[in-house]
Amino acid sequence: MSNARKLADNLPREGSLSGRNVLINGAMNIAQRATSASGVGTNAGAYHTLDRWKVYTNNTAGRLTMSQSSDAPSGFVNSLKFDCTTATSSAAADTALILITRFEGQDLQRFGKGTSAAKEFTISFYVKGDANATYGCELVDHDNSRQITKQFSVTTTWTRVVITFPADTTGAFDDDNNLSVSLNFWLHAGSNHNGGTLNSTSWAANVTANRVSSSQTSFFDSTNREFYLTGVQLEVGNKATPFEHEPVGVTLNKCLRYYFESKTSSSLPYDYATQYISTHRFYKHWYNVPMRATPTVTTTSEGGAPSHYNPNEYHWKGYVAAAASASSARLTSFVADAEF
Amino acid sequence: MIITSVQHQKFEDKDTNVVKATIDGVELQVPKDSANRHYAAILEWVAEGNTIAEAD
Repeated sequence: MSNARKLADNLPREGSLSGRNVLINGAMNIAQRATSASGVGTNAGAYHTLDRWKVYTNNTAGRLTMSQSSDAPSGFVNSLKFDCTTATSSAAADTALILITRFEGQDLQRFGKGTSAAKEFTISFYVKGDANATYGCELVDHDNSRQITKQFSVTTTWTRVVITFPADTTGAFDDDNNLSVSLNFWLHAGSNHNGGTLNSTSWAANVTANRVSSSQTSFFDSTNREFYLTGVQLEVGNKATPFEHEPVGVTLNKCLRYYFESKTSSSLPYDYATQYISTHRFYKHWYNVPMRATPTVTTTSEGGAPSHYNPNEYHWKGYVAAAASASSARLTSFVADAEF
Repeated sequence: MIITSVQHQKFEDKDTNVVKATIDGVELQVPKDSANRHYAAILEWVAEGNTIAEAD
């Protein structure tokens, strides 16, 4: 094959040459919270390890360990790994296990959804399992209560999967910072979600029973189950281009819009309260990047707990109604969470 | 999210625009921003008939 042919094959048919990937942390390089979390399965929905990747579970005895793994296909050094640690054969009607990443409406305007010029959504990713399996990949439009799911296969070797979802001329995405779309990897579901007919051909009103195929694999059917994922890309048009690698600092800055953790401690405090007026001290913090929305801030402190006061997406401050003393008031940890 | 309590906060008699909430057993300082997922859940909790307690 000629170099010109290779170049032509790798050019996108729609959109830009750079910034093609709408998805953040698709190479699984950023894990601010932790690199491993065990016993996952008890929370309704939570971010445990890799940034921007949320796990939703409901009514299951199944448990897994979620981790950032160094098992990755050529060109990547990290992947997301699910390892089933407690299997379950019971399948309550509302049981579910979903791996989720979410998008702001203002980042999706390029798809032209809800217009006559609507474009396809192409998702590509590398995936591997402990054995052959079939799972579901779903896009959910939260602004208009619409969805579509397509199935994909997993084998014991790294395989690149490409899925193109059709354009949708119904229901525009809101052009704002709120949740518009979830990309869901369905790994386990009960009859509430798989009791109907899988909606896989075109976008349609979200009917719960049509979201998952009853023939798909349950990740929780054996403690041998493993699921690896990396190189996830969502782009406009009907062609999957090569994964758009970016400097880790670029990915980290994108992640900081949604979550920041100071990684400090009592012996290495994050911030010290400074004198404001004679009777008050205060802490102040400007986020590394403007956050998606005003975050929920969680602090631990010594010498003076802060009263959070008029925060916004750019800035946080906390007052301590006490004058400076011989000992300092300090924040020993600081977490800002603006995830969906 | 399981919300068990929510309370307005004041600092020197001024509303701080932050509520103290216990969500999933964890005490959080939640800003009054409907785009914040915790506050959005609190608004749903209020719509169900619950009440945010006045500040101390």
